[in-house]
Amino acid sequence: MALRQFGAAAAVTVALALTTPAHAATEIQWWHAMTGGNNDVVNRLAEEFNASQSDYKVVPSYKGTYADTMNAGIAAFRAGNAPHIMQVFEVGTATMMSATGAIKPVYQLMKDAGEPFDPKAYLPTITGYYSTSKGEMLSFPFNSSSMVMWINKDELKKAGITETPKTWPDVFAAAKKLKAAGHDTCGFSNAWVSWAHIEQFSAWHNVPIGTKANGLDGFDTVLKFNSPLHVKHLQNLVDLQKDKTYSYGGRDSKNEARFGSGECAIFLTSSGYYGTAKGTAKFDFTSVPMPYYPDVAGAPQNSIIGGASLWVMGGKKPEEYKGVAKFFTFLSDTNRQAKLHQESGYLPITKAAYEKSIKDGFYEKNPTLQTPLKELTNKEPTENSRGLRFGNMVQMRDLWAEEIEAALDGKKTPQEALDAAVARGNAMLRTFEKTAK
Amino acid sequence: MEKSTVFNNRLLPYLLLLPQLVITVVFFYWPASQAVWQSFLREDAFGLVSEFVGLENYQALFAQPEYYKSMLTTAIFSTLVAALSLSIALLFATQADKSLKAAPAYKTLMIWPYAVAPAVAGVLWFFMFQPSLGMLARPLRGMGIDWNPLLNANHALLLVVMAAVWKQISYNFLFFLAGLQSIPKSVIEAGAIDGARPMRRFWTIVFPLLSPTTFFLLVVNIVYVFFDTFGIIDAVTGGGPAGATTTMVYKVYADGRLGGDLGGSAAQSVVLMVIVIALTAIQFRYVERKVQY
Repeated sequence: MALRQFGAAAAVTVALALTTPAHAATEIQWWHAMTGGNNDVVNRLAEEFNASQSDYKVVPSYKGTYADTMNAGIAAFRAGNAPHIMQVFEVGTATMMSATGAIKPVYQLMKDAGEPFDPKAYLPTITGYYSTSKGEMLSFPFNSSSMVMWINKDELKKAGITETPKTWPDVFAAAKKLKAAGHDTCGFSNAWVSWAHIEQFSAWHNVPIGTKANGLDGFDTVLKFNSPLHVKHLQNLVDLQKDKTYSYGGRDSKNEARFGSGECAIFLTSSGYYGTAKGTAKFDFTSVPMPYYPDVAGAPQNSIIGGASLWVMGGKKPEEYKGVAKFFTFLSDTNRQAKLHQESGYLPITKAAYEKSIKDGFYEKNPTLQTPLKELTNKEPTENSRGLRFGNMVQMRDLWAEEIEAALDGKKTPQEALDAAVARGNAMLRTFEKTAK
Repeated sequence: MEKSTVFNNRLLPYLLLLPQLVITVVFFYWPASQAVWQSFLREDAFGLVSEFVGLENYQALFAQPEYYKSMLTTAIFSTLVAALSLSIALLFATQADKSLKAAPAYKTLMIWPYAVAPAVAGVLWFFMFQPSLGMLARPLRGMGIDWNPLLNANHALLLVVMAAVWKQISYNFLFFLAGLQSIPKSVIEAGAIDGARPMRRFWTIVFPLLSPTTFFLLVVNIVYVFFDTFGIIDAVTGGGPAGATTTMVYKVYADGRLGGDLGGSAAQSVVLMVIVIALTAIQFRYVERKVQY
């Protein structure tokens, strides 16, 4: 019986194997880390592309979290069967670009394939993050976001806060009022602690995170974020943490739920939180630009992006690269970009798509989705706000968070904690520099 | 009483041993030797550049104050987890060994947690004790305890210890129960007739007769806490706050997989391997003497 079943199964397998090659489309593997609604977006894009032509077939596969996807891709490359397209989060950028030979730069891919490609058509604050200092685009931006401040309008009104906080002193004052009005466990909080209080904070105040334009101009960058401004800010957080006016929210996004539950009425996290907020928050909410210190000259500057981009892996056939290039042209189409942006909440990557959304009157109805764009385009980016590129950034973020935690727990002074974060980070950068020649 | 078998064919004994040898070589010696070799190299994540650097990875490792801190954390963590999971499991097993009506159901329930994947167990405990939403954290806060594993190192360590213990109790329970059931009832009855009370019977008769099981579990549990707990730590605390729950094996994972520093990570696994081999050797040399087979 079992043997007969096996025989039948084998026959089916053989039959399938024989029929598959009849379909001659070149397959393009796309590994990604998108879940839920975003996973549907990925699948739909692939389906639409496959339906639009018959020469290429994009096959998306979900590979776990961002870190998992990247590790899977690296492991596959070492084993000689990397995917064609790999989605890598922004902090993996330095690792990817230092891997000359393992990747195929996007600008080169487009040139080789003869696809029309104008880097100036893309929003510079987004592509700047993924380009060389000469402006050559290395990877293709896919889902981009930035950090914004989420506001529970109902709770602010209840606490008698009439004006939406704009500066850090405003936020501290509002948090104290919220606390007095019954939010005794949390005045304000944030997710992604390193991203919020070191990376975005520095760019927004136009102060360097590290030398060499935050590492964009070379791997011999040295960290600088133990400046008096950074120390002052951390000191403020430490002082406010004592009575829960500020309530630490962890290294990742797990504690975003504290905004959705109404516990924290002011919460800094990614603009990509929009979808979840829309689904879970049972109150009137909005997002506003991140706060700043008004006594810092030039603040606010502009924010930097988060999210992920698509990297093309090296060592594939020219025919396959042609398909990847066609797929990127397909993704850049103005109408498609505008639609993608308006439906998913990702930032549009081309200027034309942004302008179209303005013209469509989309932001009048959805001001929340324009907040990150306003932040990103607030001013012409400087050396300190173009982006950042540090090797081992995934682990470095954890290391910075460790030191901030030590300060918040009173184990170290803010100065000691930031000095240690800089020193340990620099040691890591030197290790990376040795391997990334 | 040595048993010996005489083989007529000289090749046969080796042939019979072969499957076991192949498994040991392929799944232990080969990866272990790879790790040793890799610990002398400096490589980028993609394996494009590889350079022999001798003992540089080890020097860098022992120059890190964080590494010594992770050793201390590991010592505290493993002692707590091994001691708690063994003693609690023993307590449960002795209770289950009594002739209770609901014993089968009780036993099944005890074994369940073992089927839960470490990462799932971690997430479970994370949410139960999440400071503002957790169903167990709220009563704690209600009692006036400022429960905050996100920042308080002791709370975080306590949380991962609880999760790791919870996960291991089932396994220990199973072996203790089997051990208890194999102790002849007549011995215990003889003790009872001689007038020994239950407590005395347990410590002078049952516990010594259980010592082979206890010794086996001690070795297995040490290996468990050293190697198998990183999934739980990753899901519950991610090694934080401020490195308070970064054990040695979690650091291997963090530096290798998150940091892409394969050489440094390999050096750490070699150190870890040496420590565990030494610990196991000590156990066999000194603790096993007290075991009564």
